[in-house]
Amino acid sequence: MSASSIMESLFQRSLDDLIKGIRLQLIGESKFITKAMEEIRREIKTTDSQTKAVALEKLTYLNSIHGIDMSWAAFHVVEVMSSSRFAHKKIGYLAASQSFNEGTDVILLITNQLRKDLTSTNEFEVGLALECLSVIATTDLARDLTPEIFTLLSSSKTFVRKKAVAVILRIFVKYPDAVKVSFKRLVENLENSDPHVMSAAVGVFCELASKDPDPRLYLPLAPEFYRILVDCKNNWILIKVLKIFAKLLPLEPRLAKRVVDPICEHMRRTGAKSLMFECIRTVVTTLTDYESAVKLAVEKIRELLVDDDPNLKYLGLQALSILGAKHLWPVLENKDVVINSLSDADPNIKLEALHLVMGMVSETNVAEISRVLVNYALKSEPQFCNEILGSILSTCGRNFYEIVVDFDWYVSLLGEMSRNPHCQKGEEIESQFVDIGLRVKDARPELVRVARDLLIDPALLGNPFLHRILAASAWVSGEYVEFSKNPFELMEALLQPRTSLLPPLIRAVYIHSAFKVLVFCLHSYLVQREVIHPSSVDDLATGMPDLGFGIKCVEVSDIAKCQSAADCGHDDEFNPRVSDISVEDSTMETTRDITVHEASSSVSLQKEPFTHESILNLLNLVKMALGPHSGTDEVEVQDRAQNVLGFIKMIEQELHGLLGEEKGNFEIGEHKVPKIIELMYNAFSKELGPVSVSAQERVPIPDGLMLKEDLSDLDNMCADVLKPPSSSFTTGNPQFGEREGDSFFNLHGKEPEPSTESTLLLAQHRKQHGLYYLPSDKNETVSNDYPPANEPPLLSNLVDGTQDLMKLTEQSLASKKKSNHAKPRPVVVKLDEGDELPVSATKLTKESKDDSLSGALRDILLGDKVNPMSSQRQPSDKSSGKREKEALVDSGYASRSKQNLGDAQPSHGSSSSRRSKHRSHGKEKQRSPRRNNEGKEDTQKDKKKGSHHHRRHKTRQRADGPPNVISQTPVIPDFLL
Amino acid sequence: MIRAVMVMNTQGKPRLAKFYDFQPPEKQQELIRSVYGVLCSRAENVSNFVQADAIFGPDTLMVYKHYATLYFVFVFDSSENELAMLDLIQVFVETLDKCFKNVCELDIVFNFSKMHTILDEIIFGGQVLETISAEVMKAVDEITKLEKASNAVTLVPKSVSGWQSR
Repeated sequence: MSASSIMESLFQRSLDDLIKGIRLQLIGESKFITKAMEEIRREIKTTDSQTKAVALEKLTYLNSIHGIDMSWAAFHVVEVMSSSRFAHKKIGYLAASQSFNEGTDVILLITNQLRKDLTSTNEFEVGLALECLSVIATTDLARDLTPEIFTLLSSSKTFVRKKAVAVILRIFVKYPDAVKVSFKRLVENLENSDPHVMSAAVGVFCELASKDPDPRLYLPLAPEFYRILVDCKNNWILIKVLKIFAKLLPLEPRLAKRVVDPICEHMRRTGAKSLMFECIRTVVTTLTDYESAVKLAVEKIRELLVDDDPNLKYLGLQALSILGAKHLWPVLENKDVVINSLSDADPNIKLEALHLVMGMVSETNVAEISRVLVNYALKSEPQFCNEILGSILSTCGRNFYEIVVDFDWYVSLLGEMSRNPHCQKGEEIESQFVDIGLRVKDARPELVRVARDLLIDPALLGNPFLHRILAASAWVSGEYVEFSKNPFELMEALLQPRTSLLPPLIRAVYIHSAFKVLVFCLHSYLVQREVIHPSSVDDLATGMPDLGFGIKCVEVSDIAKCQSAADCGHDDEFNPRVSDISVEDSTMETTRDITVHEASSSVSLQKEPFTHESILNLLNLVKMALGPHSGTDEVEVQDRAQNVLGFIKMIEQELHGLLGEEKGNFEIGEHKVPKIIELMYNAFSKELGPVSVSAQERVPIPDGLMLKEDLSDLDNMCADVLKPPSSSFTTGNPQFGEREGDSFFNLHGKEPEPSTESTLLLAQHRKQHGLYYLPSDKNETVSNDYPPANEPPLLSNLVDGTQDLMKLTEQSLASKKKSNHAKPRPVVVKLDEGDELPVSATKLTKESKDDSLSGALRDILLGDKVNPMSSQRQPSDKSSGKREKEALVDSGYASRSKQNLGDAQPSHGSSSSRRSKHRSHGKEKQRSPRRNNEGKEDTQKDKKKGSHHHRRHKTRQRADGPPNVISQTPVIPDFLL
Repeated sequence: MIRAVMVMNTQGKPRLAKFYDFQPPEKQQELIRSVYGVLCSRAENVSNFVQADAIFGPDTLMVYKHYATLYFVFVFDSSENELAMLDLIQVFVETLDKCFKNVCELDIVFNFSKMHTILDEIIFGGQVLETISAEVMKAVDEITKLEKASNAVTLVPKSVSGWQSR
């Protein structure tokens, strides 16, 4: 058929022909479809209903399977829907439910057609209309058709009635006023003898309760649901009822007492795994205070865990990890299964097991478990490897490294993770690297050591996932260069040729860090030569910051002059090289030579690190390495390279003279160079600290400042700030901004100061190490609004007020067992102490001495099994002891809660959070029934108004009895008491 | 609630797609592609659940079953039970098997409209309405009969294809 073009024009293809044609692929699928679409467009316009319907059917098929747009044919859909022939009508309805949406304008035209079909005597026509409504109903349709659907809710035909019940969900969502009219009839359907109808009604309530932000509204129906829970034999319905109870139970503690037995009964009796799992889930999420129920659930979880079906095993682990948040003993009891599951072939199971293992981590075993897992990650496939790394990072980083005691260990672990060939967690490691640097003073030497090891390895530069880590390493080693054993080596690492593999922004960090290292070396050298006295440095830094500023003002112009001179020089010198690759390569070569030379010399110079020669070599190295960058297209890189080169140019000549002179012959006043270096050094040695999330809120708004509500014009203002500062001239000293930024730029932010750019650089620099970031984007891009990095209170925090923090960390340590680490846990600088801190997980692990856990982990994962039996038996012994402890705790709670509640029903243990919830509920209780009464009253009003439904209402009113009674009694349902 | 039902073959060609909240056609194709991307990377004999948050938004899960050359995929949220959904796929496939007598991929390819009729009897607006395949069969048979009857009434060859089929 596809061969003949005459046939094509004469005879319409059926859907089958179309499908066959596409499958034959004589002219290629897309070509064929284009041709078919041409036909369809022609055919769909005919007056012949058969041709039109077939064309629409083909179009619907192409839309559904091949993603062809059919919104243009909406009107034809309406035409076909209104056909009197059932087959056509069906095609039309399928097309409508597939393509109509809120934006379809012709949807207004179908109201009458739907009404006609909803009232049809043919149940299948009614079914079509209901099905279509369940997917496409708009607010208008829902409003206009509510009466018809209301009628259908009590249809005598099950086929229609169940669909009418189900469609109510969409109607309620789109037109909430329909609740007033049809809620009662929906409730009646809960009691219908036909399981189909009941199932549909329970399903609707399940959806409503889970979508509603306030499921309390459904509490009055609890007796109905309870009856279904007890009497019903249908698993589908039971599952849905359990889902509803899962929503209601947290709201009404007395409900739990009633349903816990039937739920356990189902759990025990049922042969259906789906129902059993739903019972387990209900218990582990909402009935964790009922010891017997939890025990039964754990028993059943155990059954799932040892099942061969990976689905059951997965769900068992999932239930266990839900339970693990409340009770740890079931997890410890099943430790063997959990740990074995880490090496399961199934990714879901592995992941769930990993979560469980990480849930067991505590201060005492974190090092061991992490080491085992990191080693295991090396052997895992990339995806799971990163899951492992990610969960270690998030567990250890949680709540300001709460469970990390030995930061030297943790920092080296971070280094080890970075070297994992599959590691893709660069961002997380980067942020923790910088964060630890800022927060944990004592970890800095180790941090610098680890950073150095990472920087120095040329192989790592080739892995793009590690670039962020390298950026953090570069920043750390620049910022804390004073802890470096060999700054020259660091400099070589920062300037090595392979850094060309890095993206420009990270290269910029490298160069800036090299700058810091350079300044440090020069300064150290001058101190060593006694040109600068360390004491005077301190005076300048702390005592008289204003003097520093004064000097700066003078220097700025000088530097600018120098810089512009340098610019010209470099432009002439280097641009040709950039264009000529071979020349650049030779530059690289020479750089490498120097590197080698430097390496040998620096090793030999261990004793007296800073010599005349080494400083000269250093300067040469920097010049050689950065020279090519001054002509690069990357503004960030160019900018920083120019900064460094300008700086060198400025000090070079005088420095040469200086270096030749004898020791101690200089006074600070005579030469500019020592002063400049000192200034730079001071600027860089100013400590950066973390910024509180709420820092900006604490800044008082100055009087008379008009703040606009709408910040849309901020975009325009930011536009030029956001642009890379390519056009502005380069000053050699971004660090001045850093020093003065807090006091100066915050007040005169809008003045076009020459060093605005340096604040910008600083901002950009920070952005890469974004940590101390305020959440809002706006704030972080507007550099002038940047909160001061060193707020006075923070500074005092760091320098003087560490005592408070000491106290805090001591407190958190005191509650736990003394760790066997020789070193005390270093201070971790925290801000926002009051802001919600996640519940510490270590509380759960309290005294659980699960060192055997890590042993078991190692046995299973790393294969050095000595005697797995003993390692598996141990935990169960321990956890049973643990269980006893739990029981004790529970009974303690029970007696307390008895006093609290006053009423004679001893509810089993309830945690403190539960109790508070309960108390708050007590207040709500009085409110919620009233709300319900209002609803009921409305309904009654409606009844009186809606005259044509009047009679039916009356007969039904008797049936409405129970819910009405319930809603009027102030305390919810009678069975609860 | 069930968000979507998909049937696709092991090469990723969609055979049936039903979304219970409207998705524009391009988006549908994209979703199908991403689902296939996930499915084809999974080994045999592993669990049938996949977190679908990345594809269908928060709180969504996917359950799939692999029959011969076809994947059957249901996407749903937390108000459905995972194992029940797995059972429901079974019900769906059983019903297809009864309808088409040993169903194979070609049956599904060439019975676009009937596939929808069957599915609509089981899942209605994202909610499960029928779980017994015999009941589904009964309704589907009635509907098919009705369709044929309505076509037979006016088989006067108004259209050329009417001619053809005679």
